[in-house]
Amino acid sequence: MKTVFQKPEAMTDAQLHYCPGCTHGIIHRLVAEAIDALGIREQTIGIASVGCSVFAYDYFNCDMQQAAHGRAPAVATGIKRVLPEDRIVFTYQGDGDLASIGMAEIVHAAARGENITVIFINNAIYGMTSGQMAPTTLIGQVTATSPRGRSASETGHPIRICELLATLEGPAYLARVSSHTPRHILQAGRAIKKAFEMQQQKKGFALVEVLSTCSVNWGMTPVNAMKWLEENMIPYYPLGVYKDITAEEDE
Amino acid sequence: MAKVLMKGNEALAEAAIRAGCKAFFGYPITPQNEIPGYMADQLPLRGGVYLQAESEVSAINMVYGAAGAGARVMTSSSSPGISLKQEGISYIAAAELPCVIVNVVRCGPGLGGIQPSQGDYFQAVKGGGHGDYRLIVLAPGSVQEMADLTALGFDLADKWRNPVMILSDGILGQMMEPVDFPDTFEPLQVEKPWATTGAVNRKPNVVNTLDIIAESLEKKVERLLEKYERIKEEEVRWQEEGTEDAEIILVGYGTSARIARSAMEQARQEGIKVGLFRPITLFPFPERRLKDLAGPEKKFLAVEMSAGQMIEDVRLAVEGQSPVYLCRRLGGMVPTPEEVLAKIRELAEGRVSQ
Repeated sequence: MKTVFQKPEAMTDAQLHYCPGCTHGIIHRLVAEAIDALGIREQTIGIASVGCSVFAYDYFNCDMQQAAHGRAPAVATGIKRVLPEDRIVFTYQGDGDLASIGMAEIVHAAARGENITVIFINNAIYGMTSGQMAPTTLIGQVTATSPRGRSASETGHPIRICELLATLEGPAYLARVSSHTPRHILQAGRAIKKAFEMQQQKKGFALVEVLSTCSVNWGMTPVNAMKWLEENMIPYYPLGVYKDITAEEDE
Repeated sequence: MAKVLMKGNEALAEAAIRAGCKAFFGYPITPQNEIPGYMADQLPLRGGVYLQAESEVSAINMVYGAAGAGARVMTSSSSPGISLKQEGISYIAAAELPCVIVNVVRCGPGLGGIQPSQGDYFQAVKGGGHGDYRLIVLAPGSVQEMADLTALGFDLADKWRNPVMILSDGILGQMMEPVDFPDTFEPLQVEKPWATTGAVNRKPNVVNTLDIIAESLEKKVERLLEKYERIKEEEVRWQEEGTEDAEIILVGYGTSARIARSAMEQARQEGIKVGLFRPITLFPFPERRLKDLAGPEKKFLAVEMSAGQMIEDVRLAVEGQSPVYLCRRLGGMVPTPEEVLAKIRELAEGRVSQ
């Protein structure tokens, strides 16, 4: 019988705990497919962060470390700096982890041009702790801790990580992609693979921000959540490549 | 090797490199700056990695990553910076990662001052971060011991898969003494099959501290506690002087022990039978030996550069068999031998009630 579909080798057989309508599972698969495509599973060390993806160490079939909240880029730095050069280190972080409590770690890892790959999941909410306001929550968005909608006058404006990091000299590759349609998922897969290739080629810090849905905490059906992402998140968080030093080299 | 004159902080750093330290992550703070300075200069030339982190928080998490990847790794800081590292230290203890953490203690609370202190005793020996865990805590009393106990610290960390803290202070870090680095020192070689080095021809390794199944986490913490009990059995270290005939036993570690020794010598000249008990491991604390030394005819005097923290462990150890008194200074002030001697005289003459 011909195999037409199978799980990536870089994923374990563990059943994912994610809610219906959540795209973490899809993005895990994209990461695992990139690792398989590059043949680097045995060289790769992943770092799970704190948030919905905290159990990622059960899902990726490679060496994993679980980091304290926000500290994944520091943990990645420690690993990357002491292991042989061919080892590939990636972090998988949500928006609360990376853009709030871990802002210092991500900015400085990027500024150092730390040769790691960061997969940044932006779903505009704290999912694991039941739907609090995140640094990426949109103005007017209702969450458990912004029950009348996020107010700019009280809590400021959502943070655009790719744009912010693009002001630094350190990053080699910064891209924002989405996970709400098959076409966008294919694009996201290519960006994630590129972010691993950058590390293989020792180009420096690479981050892919993936816009994602949290239908449970957004209070929507999965289909409506996809629609909400497209209509509300993409206008504020435009998709695209914010930095690519290999593109400059190609010119 | 011939003896060389070095600052305590520099001797500690040199000993770490000789002990096979392959990575150092730190953040500037007084009075420990000679350690990162020495590491930044020497470690890259001797096959290691030096990196100044963006904060103490990041530094200790870099230690977590590097230790999890199997490297001999160290960080150093001073009291406020060590407070910032506590979350990471709890994770490192929970994940059972070997590493060495140096605290060149200054006085607190808060930003406090940059003068020497022993005010971080509780934080070092009772946990410091969240949850049930212990560090192995070593207390050097000289520049030589800054070197020797650091080398020992790396071996103990690997042997027990446990973080080790060197609890020094601003005096020991800054003062210069002759120090000898043994030519024959061989670091303990320990296999680390659990390290995340890349899953080549094996199942993936996971370095993790999360376990949301209560029954399972209880078992894990019980296993940690059993390890700490074995450490108590095997790793207790202390030094005694003149305790055989002593009626008053001074108890102090680090700088306080040096001052207590001077006071003891003066008291002996006056005919007062004084001894010195110097714990070298603060966890495990030499409680069994102190209990053996205690008795109704003995008095204990804890000498501390803190409000009186170690004294609680002395009291626990002697189990009420002997009265335990305190001689202390605070805020970066250091007790003089004369102050300790005055207290000894009071005790000898029975003028002090507990």
